[in-house]
Amino acid sequence: MNTASQAVSKQPTGLAIRTGDLNLWYGTFQALFDINLDIKQGIITSMIGPSGCGKSTFLRSVNRINERLGYVRIDGSIDVFGHNIYDAGVELVQVRKQIGMVFQRPNPLPISIRDNVLFGYNLHSENRHASKADKEGIVEDALKQVLLWDKVKDRLDQRGTELSLEEQQKLCIARLLPVKPGLLLMDEPCSALDPKGTEAVEELIWELRGKYTILIVTHNMAQARRASEECIFMLMGKVVEHTATEDMFVTPQNKETADYIEGRYG
Amino acid sequence: MFETSTLNARNQQVQRLVRILFLMMTLFLIVPVLIILGTLVVKGSSVISIDFLFTSPTEGMTAGGIFPALLGTVFLVAVDLVIAIPIGISAAIYLSEYAGNNWLTRVINLAIINLAGVPSIVHALFGLGAFVLFFGFGTSILAASLTLAIMTLPLVIVASKESMQAVPQAFREASWNMGATRWQTIRRVVLPNAIPGILTGLILEISRTAGETAPIMFTGAVFFTPFLPQGIFDQTMAMPLHLFVVATQVPGVPEDLPYGVALMLIALVLFMNALSIAFRAWLRGKKKW
Repeated sequence: MNTASQAVSKQPTGLAIRTGDLNLWYGTFQALFDINLDIKQGIITSMIGPSGCGKSTFLRSVNRINERLGYVRIDGSIDVFGHNIYDAGVELVQVRKQIGMVFQRPNPLPISIRDNVLFGYNLHSENRHASKADKEGIVEDALKQVLLWDKVKDRLDQRGTELSLEEQQKLCIARLLPVKPGLLLMDEPCSALDPKGTEAVEELIWELRGKYTILIVTHNMAQARRASEECIFMLMGKVVEHTATEDMFVTPQNKETADYIEGRYG
Repeated sequence: MFETSTLNARNQQVQRLVRILFLMMTLFLIVPVLIILGTLVVKGSSVISIDFLFTSPTEGMTAGGIFPALLGTVFLVAVDLVIAIPIGISAAIYLSEYAGNNWLTRVINLAIINLAGVPSIVHALFGLGAFVLFFGFGTSILAASLTLAIMTLPLVIVASKESMQAVPQAFREASWNMGATRWQTIRRVVLPNAIPGILTGLILEISRTAGETAPIMFTGAVFFTPFLPQGIFDQTMAMPLHLFVVATQVPGVPEDLPYGVALMLIALVLFMNALSIAFRAWLRGKKKW
């Protein structure tokens, strides 16, 4: 993201993501229509909407994981921290370093908790020769940030896959942090968890607010209301409404939004 | 209300019958194995001794041991593995991790399947034409091992590719999303998780290689050599061919000698398999990869 060849932002700082007339097709099916979104830096933004409305598709275009499918065509721009990530000079590895992603199903690697946290860190050659003490510090710091340290500090050699789902999801968030991403994308991070686990992960997301920009896709309206500051409502591949979460749930501007929030469809 | 009705009783009867039928079929499978092993042990174990393992055949193959053949087969398998492992695993990595779904991939997959279906005698003639004559390696361990490698490559490739594709996609996504390149993901995530399956493929390959006769007959294995092979350009004796020779080609062989040779051939294959299985267990036991 730092190469000189990239266009320097003309936008005001304070925006994490800005899209310009973003359209996306899966083959001949158009999944996103003229998305123009400004997502602010340092806050939690949630995306809600019925299944198939394009919210996950949008999330997946922001770290360019969609294009692996091959038949995806994208038109328009997505600027992350002022740089269009679809520019020719952009290196995918650098994009992914800046943008961490948390999936629906926790996917820790079948290695120790310690190695899970250090996996991303060790990938980048400048870190390879860091001392053992430094690495221990990084592991402790990351696990503390996700409120997992006290539970696992005595068993860092245990496999990450042996933790409970809630702990696995926290571990998946923890392993992003040593790479120092600015933006965390979360694709229904709590949908595989029980209510107690959901509460714990929401608490953690709230805890990370301010340090990272977080964009979270959720099916759970209560979650959007509890755990986000701004909220985007999407329907049929279009953005219907994007306001402060509080306003959306108290005084929605559109009839569709009101219908959805009150559970009339979706 | 829970007692058996007539119709149901019939169903139960059929179900018992079918179960017994399938059990019989399964037992059928074990019978030849037991007969083969039993005969070999009963008739062959009398000739086996330390001397038998570590001396050369004497008196026109009718006495003495099998050392040159044993060593020759170990050589053939070792050189074959040195050739087949790097090529096979590289090809499997390409097919599993890089290849797109296009005509080239389809052609390659078709070629692999066909290669696996070619009879071993055809491989033997190909090896004779290509390695012995065209490349001028002569009848040698190298030519024979190359022939064996070509014959067993499809096994290695298919087994390795399948075990790589069995690694969950979520692991790869996790790795990519932390900024790993494709190669880093293969090296740190895919291969460590696929190694047990890859080793299973190699075990199959070793068994097949050690037992093959046709492909080495024209390309590197000989009836008898008075010397042990000194390098990969030497000819060698080999266990399967030696068995063929003592069983059918030489007059006056004592009856139990071929059984002893056959027993040792099976023991050799099982020993090599056991080694790879132990290695696989050791890898699995290691927590860190």
